Amino acid sequence: MGKVINIQPVTRIEGHAKVSITLDDAGNVADTKLYVQTLRGFEKFCEGRPVEEMPRTVCHICGICPWAHHLASAKATDACYGVTPPPAAVKLRRLMQSVAYVSDKILNFYFLAAPDFVIGPDADYSVRNVIGIVQAAPEIAKKVVHMRHLGAQIIEGFAGRAIHPTFAVPGGVSKPMTETERQKMLPLAKELLEFSQFSMKFAKENVFPKYLNAIKTIGVIKVGYLGTVTADGALDFYDGKLRLMKPDGAYDDFTYEQYADYLGEWVEPWSYQKFPYAKKWGKLNMSLDNPVGVYRTNTLSRINVADKMATPLAQAEFEEFRAAFGRPAHFTLLYHYARLIELLQCAETAVQLLEDKEITSTDIRVPITPRAARGIGCVEAPRGTLIHDYECDENGLITKVNLIVGTTHNNAAMNMSVNQAAKALIHEGKYDQGILNKVEMAIRAYDP
Amino acid sequence: MAVKVVEDWLNACSGCEISILNIGDPLLDLLPQLEFVHITALVDHKFFGQLGDGATMEIPEAVVGIVSGGVRNEEQKHELEEIRKKVQFLISLGSCACYGGVPAQANMWKNDEVFEKVFRNCLTTDSAPNPEDPNVPKWTPTCAAVDEVVKVDIAIPGCPPHPDWIADAVLALLSGKTAWSLPERSVCDTCPVIREQKSGGGPVKRWLQNMEFNPEEGLEKMRCINEQGFLCMGPVTLAGCNGKAGVPRCIQARTPCRGCFGPIRKGARPMVEMMGALTSVGLDPKSLVDRRAMMNRYIGGHGFLTVIPARPAK
Repeated sequence: MGKVINIQPVTRIEGHAKVSITLDDAGNVADTKLYVQTLRGFEKFCEGRPVEEMPRTVCHICGICPWAHHLASAKATDACYGVTPPPAAVKLRRLMQSVAYVSDKILNFYFLAAPDFVIGPDADYSVRNVIGIVQAAPEIAKKVVHMRHLGAQIIEGFAGRAIHPTFAVPGGVSKPMTETERQKMLPLAKELLEFSQFSMKFAKENVFPKYLNAIKTIGVIKVGYLGTVTADGALDFYDGKLRLMKPDGAYDDFTYEQYADYLGEWVEPWSYQKFPYAKKWGKLNMSLDNPVGVYRTNTLSRINVADKMATPLAQAEFEEFRAAFGRPAHFTLLYHYARLIELLQCAETAVQLLEDKEITSTDIRVPITPRAARGIGCVEAPRGTLIHDYECDENGLITKVNLIVGTTHNNAAMNMSVNQAAKALIHEGKYDQGILNKVEMAIRAYDP
Repeated sequence: MAVKVVEDWLNACSGCEISILNIGDPLLDLLPQLEFVHITALVDHKFFGQLGDGATMEIPEAVVGIVSGGVRNEEQKHELEEIRKKVQFLISLGSCACYGGVPAQANMWKNDEVFEKVFRNCLTTDSAPNPEDPNVPKWTPTCAAVDEVVKVDIAIPGCPPHPDWIADAVLALLSGKTAWSLPERSVCDTCPVIREQKSGGGPVKRWLQNMEFNPEEGLEKMRCINEQGFLCMGPVTLAGCNGKAGVPRCIQARTPCRGCFGPIRKGARPMVEMMGALTSVGLDPKSLVDRRAMMNRYIGGHGFLTVIPARPAK
């Protein structure tokens, strides 16, 4: 056996991971693995906690997408207690989610992904980062920092916390929005929308065309997709049915309650992170030639499973994207493109919600009484479908928790993409820092 | 000359790093003063060489080390010890690093029980032995705060810590200071609500209904949350979640404080003190559901949360 290349840590992602690439005696890639080494045990330590405390506890699963966990959990607690939040509460939840996602997508595109594209994948690592971006494009960097600040301002000014929120509660939300607040936020949301349009234009003109070859080669795999759509097939981040698409584009739609019939989680001895797979398709197989059960989530996946977008500007971009890349589009780096289409929908949704005066209704929470029940709540997090499944006793204390969350869905697919990229780029023992970075780019597309 | 900084997350959620990025416009002035010789979130420096051929973990020398997250496995422990050797000042950033944080609630169970649940008792998981591999770092006996493992020079608590304090502490170091800490004040000291030192009495209400308030009016017109009969950890929690100005963030959302900034001073016993605070407004603290986990949600390191005997079967 030849040598092992250890890329540790994987950088410019949002968690802990490392990659090992094992070369054979001829210096070609024999094996690769993407390791996720952390485990915290949320499914255990949530046992015994009061249901109503869950949304503000499980948001701590992820500091990048706390709103996604917060809302999936709130929906699961609504279901446990058997209540339907009033329309204004749902609108307020959706508003906070939309604004939080705008901030998230801006962060990923400009701070984490852009260095590879704007500075260049082969550039020295000391400049291939956000500090390099600040020097290379100071005006854009300034705008990005300002826009992230704006997003935080909208959320914190109203709901107190942008990171690890407390706003959504079983049965609704903790406070209504006043007319004064609505009027203050609307122009800020419009500013976010303008910047989202700018970002799409900037990427289409200055970024994507230069990297078409990379898009067609790095990390490309052909697997399935999972996402959430409304009854009429539009992409929705907050609510809808789950759609699981096979690599050839055929799909099944199912309700949250049916998720365990479709999805399973495989455990490998070399990873704390599990490997969710579509169990209806057979036993998990992560081989590049003949994968079985592997599906992806996150931006590209949602754009693939949706029949359409929910808002006009996003829809126009969606049509252009689909005309160019088909359905399903399999190129992994297209995650970045899909992310910007979603950015538009999130920003447009925020503006729409703030233009709707019903959002200021004071009817925002229904009364609740603890009962023994099971409740499943799902939303689309930036990184994929969140499934929060709780059971509680008659006193409303949690007895069982099952979680399948964003990036975990992509574990098998990311492992395959790393394998594909390494095999495509490393031959006869020849590799350099640029090549190893391109292997990481296959991971970064998933924004893990 | 820019000051060299090493930053990394251990048993963390990345929220602290997002809080650094949320410093806002001052971030762009701060960045050129710092040279990040390692920061996993933003810069592609690797621990085992840029070509991945190193045999041991190499942490670069730096003036300042910043770590978020507590210590949950042997690899995190090793990395933390290496960072400590290479930096002059170590900052523990956020409540996981300072107190163990939310994941330290796992300290209420034996490690085996957590693994038993995660790998063999989750609805959609194909039951399997615990992962075991040289690349899967073993869990440490508990989920610990950073200062349970190495010496910490500056603690910036909070879940997440407010960007104001991150900038403030870093600027203090840049200006030659060697110590920094948040003032010892309680969340209540920065909370404008109306207090009358009494409540309606009786059991502590669960958070099944919203607070009473008029949304058109500010917090200064809302009655104290404890006095409304709910648990609010404000009396025993360090102030600062609002940064240098503004009102406590959870209260701003008309929701109760759950203690994310941790105790007001070293050696405090927040649970005992909070029971006293509830009693002092006429509430029955023993009626509080899930009392131990509720009052130690963010501070389960340092032995605050430990394994409890199994509940008797019903």
